[in-house]
Amino acid sequence: MKNRLFFFSLLLFILSVFMGCGNSTKNGETLTILNYGKYFDPEALKLFEEETGIQVDYEEYESPEEMYTKYKAGSIDYDLLCTSDYMIQKLIGEGEVLEINYDSIPNYQNISQSIIDASAAFDPTHCYTLPYFYGTVGILYNTDEVNAKETDTWNVLWDKKYGGKIIMENSVRDCFLVPLKQLGYSLNSTDKTKLNEALQMLTEQKPLVYAYFVDETGDEMAAGNAALSVVYSGEAAYAQSLADNLAYSVPKEGSNLWIDSWFIPKTCKNQKNAEKFLDFLCREDIAAMNFDYVYYATPNTAVYDNLEDSVKNDTTIFPDQATIDNCEVYIALDEESTNLYNQLWKELKSN
Amino acid sequence: MHRFKRQFLSGPYIIWVIGFVLLPILMILYYGITDSSGSVTLENITAIANPVHLKSLFLSLKMALLCTVICLILSYPVAMILNSLHLKHQSFVVFIFVLPMWMNCMLRVLAWQLLLSNNGIFNTILDTIGLPKLQLLYTPSTVVFGMVYDFLPFMILPIYNAMDRIRTDIIDAARDLGASQLQIFMKIIFPLTISGVLSGIIMVFVPALTSFVISNLLGGGKVLLIGNVIEQEFMQNMDWNMGSGLSIVLMIFVIASMAFMNSHNKDGEGTAVW
Repeated sequence: MKNRLFFFSLLLFILSVFMGCGNSTKNGETLTILNYGKYFDPEALKLFEEETGIQVDYEEYESPEEMYTKYKAGSIDYDLLCTSDYMIQKLIGEGEVLEINYDSIPNYQNISQSIIDASAAFDPTHCYTLPYFYGTVGILYNTDEVNAKETDTWNVLWDKKYGGKIIMENSVRDCFLVPLKQLGYSLNSTDKTKLNEALQMLTEQKPLVYAYFVDETGDEMAAGNAALSVVYSGEAAYAQSLADNLAYSVPKEGSNLWIDSWFIPKTCKNQKNAEKFLDFLCREDIAAMNFDYVYYATPNTAVYDNLEDSVKNDTTIFPDQATIDNCEVYIALDEESTNLYNQLWKELKSN
Repeated sequence: MHRFKRQFLSGPYIIWVIGFVLLPILMILYYGITDSSGSVTLENITAIANPVHLKSLFLSLKMALLCTVICLILSYPVAMILNSLHLKHQSFVVFIFVLPMWMNCMLRVLAWQLLLSNNGIFNTILDTIGLPKLQLLYTPSTVVFGMVYDFLPFMILPIYNAMDRIRTDIIDAARDLGASQLQIFMKIIFPLTISGVLSGIIMVFVPALTSFVISNLLGGGKVLLIGNVIEQEFMQNMDWNMGSGLSIVLMIFVIASMAFMNSHNKDGEGTAVW
């Protein structure tokens, strides 16, 4: 690992010689933030700078794995990071995360207790994380072609009459959760025989699959290229904004509950400012701005309570309590299990 | 003084080569023969023997070969026709063939996605004239089609260049001496264009063998080439060592195919891939 970092920094050093990179600070105080793409309203960032005088260096990434590589490269000292459950657990395990002093975040009281409880899966003592958005994985279907009743079970994804019209998730865990749940197992299973059973189901399903997608699913569904797809609730809400004939369902066998949260990494230079920012984003008006901008389920109860009923009752965005109780949060896998999943994934794809 | 200046001018190039060619290759070699703790191992290279990896390597070889053969069959007649046109603005016709290359490869492949999808333009046409819709997208054939489409100019150009260099006097002389069209082709045109054909083959076969973007976009995640395996090791599994080890194996195949082609290319014109 050390060698890898050495090489990486050597490469970065050469790059920085070319680009003459150097950080200039305006009023001395800056906050370096790393977040998913399109996951924070730029207007809200401006407000924070105006209110506090702290300059925000805001960076974005696509996938948790990319974030991990960026963070571990160590060329930039981030003060605040937002990412998904299992990746946070991995970083906590590596000792990269600082404890948050919740007392300095008065607006933390706005965060829903049930989501904090669900966070225990990756942050058991709940001293490291602050939930930002959450959602589920489910079936997005075309109401012209598929009966709503059929989609209350994952089984519909094996129905031959939808052959060539099914889109599956193109990432290993989101794809395997479907057969695992269908078989009645946990989506955090690491047992070899259970996973092989799941692989067998997916191999049987492969001839029916139109394609394995991640980000393209919403557009493909809106264009009517497929009838059924496995998606994140956020992607489903996006697709529904493009086409009227799409609906979302979380099957009764259960699914994944994902929680994207903020945490303060070890590289943070000014924890007070980082906590100031956390307090800022929990504030009702700011959380409302971000909810309108991102349109995923917000754990901020102050925002939720003031929403119109039509939005509150939209189960694509806000899963009901029964659904949340029926869902599991991903747990980070150890290296051996990661390799097993990876091998099975390649086997599925090469069949 | 002069010599110093000249050396100074080559400085940026040398830095470029060291920083962006040599260093990355050395890094890949280093990662390829070490494990995550940094100790030397051959495991990442022998990992190619994993049935899944072998399968994807053979699939890559098969598709690259198929793509090369199709490109060759399409390009040779095209180059001959282009050459025989004796147009005043012959270069303009060549320009038309190169024109698509001005656009980003990804954009061109994405355009095919729109054309071929279930509700795409082709299927809409089929539907309006009362024919059943076909699944044209996300099949292995689509991937081969995309590769042929993308790499075709790389085959046409070197063959056309080689043909363009054949002096018409030679062909006229052959005709004077009573050679038939077939004889002219077999004894003059084909032998003199072989260097173009060989460099065309390399320029199509090598990118087709290592490609992963086209299979990602047109294979719908269902076609696993060795390039996709390597991409997955780097991007999803974060196993840089394994990804590098498999890259080394792929590099060996690339170098072997280039060496094979070069050993058959006696006049050495037009290739210069080494």
